[in-house]
Amino acid sequence: MPTNGTLSQNLNAPSIEVSNARFAYGARPLFDGLNLVLEAGRWTCVLGPSGVGKSSLLRMIAGLLSGGNDTVVRCGDGSATAGRVAYMAQRDFLLPWLNVVDNATLGARLRGEAVDLDRANALLEAAGVGEAANAMPDELSGGMRQRVALVRTLMEDRPIVLMDEPFSALDAITRLKLQDLAVRLLADRTVLLVTHDPLEALRLGDRIFVMNGSPAGLGSPLEPAGRPPREAGAPDVLSGQARLLRELAEGGK
Amino acid sequence: MNPSYLRPVIICAGLVAVWQTIVSVTGVPAFILPAPYSVLLAIVEDGGLLAGHAGVTFIEIALGLLLGVLLGAASGIAMSFFVPVRRWLFPVLVVSQAVPVFALAPILVLWLGFGIGSKVAMATLIIFFPVTAALYDGLRRTEPGLLDMARTMDAGRFAILRHVRLPMAMPAFASGIRIAAAVAPIGAVVGEWVGASSGLGALMIHANARSETDTMFAALFILAVMAVTLYFAIDLVLRRLITWQPETYSSDD
Repeated sequence: MPTNGTLSQNLNAPSIEVSNARFAYGARPLFDGLNLVLEAGRWTCVLGPSGVGKSSLLRMIAGLLSGGNDTVVRCGDGSATAGRVAYMAQRDFLLPWLNVVDNATLGARLRGEAVDLDRANALLEAAGVGEAANAMPDELSGGMRQRVALVRTLMEDRPIVLMDEPFSALDAITRLKLQDLAVRLLADRTVLLVTHDPLEALRLGDRIFVMNGSPAGLGSPLEPAGRPPREAGAPDVLSGQARLLRELAEGGK
Repeated sequence: MNPSYLRPVIICAGLVAVWQTIVSVTGVPAFILPAPYSVLLAIVEDGGLLAGHAGVTFIEIALGLLLGVLLGAASGIAMSFFVPVRRWLFPVLVVSQAVPVFALAPILVLWLGFGIGSKVAMATLIIFFPVTAALYDGLRRTEPGLLDMARTMDAGRFAILRHVRLPMAMPAFASGIRIAAAVAPIGAVVGEWVGASSGLGALMIHANARSETDTMFAALFILAVMAVTLYFAIDLVLRRLITWQPETYSSDD
């Protein structure tokens, strides 16, 4: 298997600072005055119930959603996040008229750049879908499709990766495998993972925030011991689950 | 033999049987309703004449279909891509549909003469709106998540149109073309009724004036066969070309 060195090219992952984030549907703010720091080269998880605004926060960092007037999203080195962010959603959004390789290289195609087929094939191989390179998306299982979507995200080779519940539509075993794969392939990048699954957050997160309340705020982060991906049965993962579930439930009152 | 192939044959045979029964039982004169056999005889005897007129009508339909689909596609794309075009053109298009297009036939003949020009224009006019509306609608309905992904890949609007929106809209566009294929013969024949020296519609008007009802029926039969064949041929081609449908690309299954 190729090492990460050949698969990623321009890694110099910055930290990200979000300050005074505000987003409102009409008059009711989902969150207001929210601050968050994503540490450089590490996984930050934001855990919260559906509709709390965690996807909106992620979209704001991705530059897809504009915040309030005071909202500032910037990298730790002072530059903007534009052009340094790759985005992966819950649904794979593979284009049904393109085969696996063409889907994986969609970004270059959209920008009118030359397609790096060697790198695409190496990444597909590393993601365990090298055999399916010429298959059409509708021939693949849900897990394989999400693997291709992960490769497509990696092909962007951005230092910051934002993931919005990318594994939540998968069955438990496939989800565990994909979590391990994501940690391996996204090493050294600054990652924000938004999820509603405490186990997923505890397996993957260097820092885990619970997003709760209305307008929503972030609590103090939980920093489980050990490197991701953690075993599902590790002591910190088990005790962390109890704490996270308690915090989620408290916010729901 | 496969029942699904047998079914149309049985339906046709049944209809002819009903037709023959009505003629035999009521003893209706041949200039009101000719028997199936005399219509068949007319087709055989006037074969050359019918073929000549059918050829003219077919050219009118084909040209009308081509022009209508091209112009409809162009305006659908323009409306989706340029906001001012959408704001100014869409109301005009909707209001124009309040004008009964067939009422324009005499005016078209006055302007474009008795040749095929006025019939092609007629067919083009009635095809234009359904094609425009179908493609515009398809282009508008691109998944928001897919557009988010394309934007984080720094895709320009034209690249998104070309690589994402247009292919995604193809099934809707195909529905528009199917409707166009079904209505194009109507446009051509109405144009011929109003004023033409050749074409199946013109032949029917002449035959009617001379009470040659069997020739009228023969022309009608040829027209029906032509229209149905055209529709299924276009449907087949579209199915071959567009193998993706909106529902098959969902990953929720």
